[in-house]
Amino acid sequence: MAYDKFTILESSAVPLPIENIDTDQIIPARFLKATERKDFGDNLFRDWRYDSNNNPKKDFVLNNPKFKGEILVGGKNFGSGSSREHAAWSVYDYGFRCVVSSFFADIFRNNCLNIGVLPVQVTSKFLEEIFNKIYENPKTKLNIDLNKQKIKIIGTNLSESFDINEYKKKNMLHGYDDIDYLMNIKDSIEIFAKNTPL
Amino acid sequence: MNKTLFDKVWDSHVVHRIKNGPDVLFIDRHMVHEVTSPVAFLGLKNRNVNVLFPEKTFATADHNTPTKNQHLPVKDPLSANQLKALEDNSKLHGISYWGLGHEKNGIVHVVGPEYGITQPGATIVCGDSHTSTHGAFGAIAFGIGTSEVEMVLSTQCIMQPKAKKMKISIDGKLSKAVTPKDVALFIISELSTSGATGYFVEYYGSVFSEMSMEGRMTVCNLSIEMGARGGMIAPDEKTFEYIKDREFTPRGKDWDKAMKYWSTLKSDADAIFDKELCFDGETIQPMITYGTNPGMGMSISNGIPNAKSQKGGVKTYLKSLEYMNYNEGESMLGKKIDFVFLGSCTNGRIEDFRAFTEIIKGKKKAPNVTAWLVPGSHKVEKAIKKEGLLTILNEAGFELREPGCSACLAMNDDKIPPGKYAVSTSNRNFEGRQGPGSRTLLASPLVAAAAAITGIVTDPRTLF
Repeated sequence: MAYDKFTILESSAVPLPIENIDTDQIIPARFLKATERKDFGDNLFRDWRYDSNNNPKKDFVLNNPKFKGEILVGGKNFGSGSSREHAAWSVYDYGFRCVVSSFFADIFRNNCLNIGVLPVQVTSKFLEEIFNKIYENPKTKLNIDLNKQKIKIIGTNLSESFDINEYKKKNMLHGYDDIDYLMNIKDSIEIFAKNTPL
Repeated sequence: MNKTLFDKVWDSHVVHRIKNGPDVLFIDRHMVHEVTSPVAFLGLKNRNVNVLFPEKTFATADHNTPTKNQHLPVKDPLSANQLKALEDNSKLHGISYWGLGHEKNGIVHVVGPEYGITQPGATIVCGDSHTSTHGAFGAIAFGIGTSEVEMVLSTQCIMQPKAKKMKISIDGKLSKAVTPKDVALFIISELSTSGATGYFVEYYGSVFSEMSMEGRMTVCNLSIEMGARGGMIAPDEKTFEYIKDREFTPRGKDWDKAMKYWSTLKSDADAIFDKELCFDGETIQPMITYGTNPGMGMSISNGIPNAKSQKGGVKTYLKSLEYMNYNEGESMLGKKIDFVFLGSCTNGRIEDFRAFTEIIKGKKKAPNVTAWLVPGSHKVEKAIKKEGLLTILNEAGFELREPGCSACLAMNDDKIPPGKYAVSTSNRNFEGRQGPGSRTLLASPLVAAAAAITGIVTDPRTLF
């Protein structure tokens, strides 16, 4: 599925300083029953966001009007657990285009890159700085420049570089996806298939 | 030379290498289930493309399926709709489909090996993180997202950078009542849930070579819980013995040809790993988890580790204990249990039911415990009956349900109620994993059986 290009994102951010946020918290399994990609944002962090009667829990950050933005900032080891792409969809569909953390689980990171959510891995020190600045002033903006691979905290001189492989970077900058690439080399795939032992 | 098993299998499947980018990896076997496939099939429709090699994809229904009265229509309309979508999509594209009621139906990672779809040296993917299970046969097997499911359907390839390589060696004789599940929970407790992120793990040492294929599957299954992309064990006589004469296993000359390839599947003596870890098998005890991620495991007879010893972060630890309503330092032995779940792709195989039955034989289920015993497949279900295990289970007050993922992720009606404690042989103890508000203690089938008859957390070694 093609997605919008990602070049520069400047936005305030939503802080979630919890480590090991797993995919069952991002979207519980009972909300995976759809046969099309629709409305997953409604159930993002469902059980942290709503009580058993579906009333918003006041103390959860997504229910706090002070914190808004297109960037989600999470604790270390964000997205561990299941391979459900629904987790990345729910992040995207809620309105986040970028997740910042000091460490990402593999499959979640990959799923994000495949659907146009940019995972930005920073040092634990920088992550701490981001949390501090947001709590000092919830309107604090982050600037994420994919081309320069740079994340800045606006209004400070704090910034850091982040890694992304050249291929995925190009895809995100242009809104391409892997299937386009693979369809273009289908002939060589079919030749390869003839020579596989299994 | 210098090549690991992982290198050999990966490198031989690279169709194309992109400079500073991922590899285009050819996939030999693709398994699909109802939850992570419908959007991928929809993608094919939108692009107007067909499945490139339908004979390399296998579909089974497992995540949503009820474990009672499978002959009746599925009550939940959303689940029924998703199951129907899998059936329709499989038929449309000419994919083998083992739906509800089919004799080969079962959990994707249980039926793959049972029918010989899983083979050494193969690349195997599925939109499910526990695809790592199939690594037990010396395959590279890992979970993928739905975008990648669409890639495999349309081009039989995915694009991923090659993982780093980790070697985990464990030698020594395992003590009584220490099962493959305990070995895996022990490793995860040592590494934490992110300790192997970015790596593909190869398991070495006498503990794994002496393990049954079912045991190896349990260990490889849980590799993902330490963050690893997957785990694998080099194939040996036990592997070949297991796969011989299964429905999708090569026969005759094809078998000889395959054996020639399979016998090359081991790491070179001078293979280079990015990280090597060694543990002593003799020190491993029966394990149980006390928190809300699989890394929070401990020897069953120890006290809950204190905050200072936490590798995963103190905040997470305190949040976990609050959720579980446990305190640091407390003993787990004697904690009250409400539910027991035996099953899942981790421990839903015949060997797991044998182990469970060994403990409960001649005893009675505790009246305060609700037990859900869910075989991983119809084949496992049949073996349970054939071996006489069902009679023993029934006499002890247990009933057997029908196959599926069941309470492991509670997508069907098998939900642990809020606040209740379940000893589960499954793979994740995340908050709400087994139902909103549920509290999960991960353990082996032996520990689950001990809890089922005593109603409290009990050391299985006291019950033999």
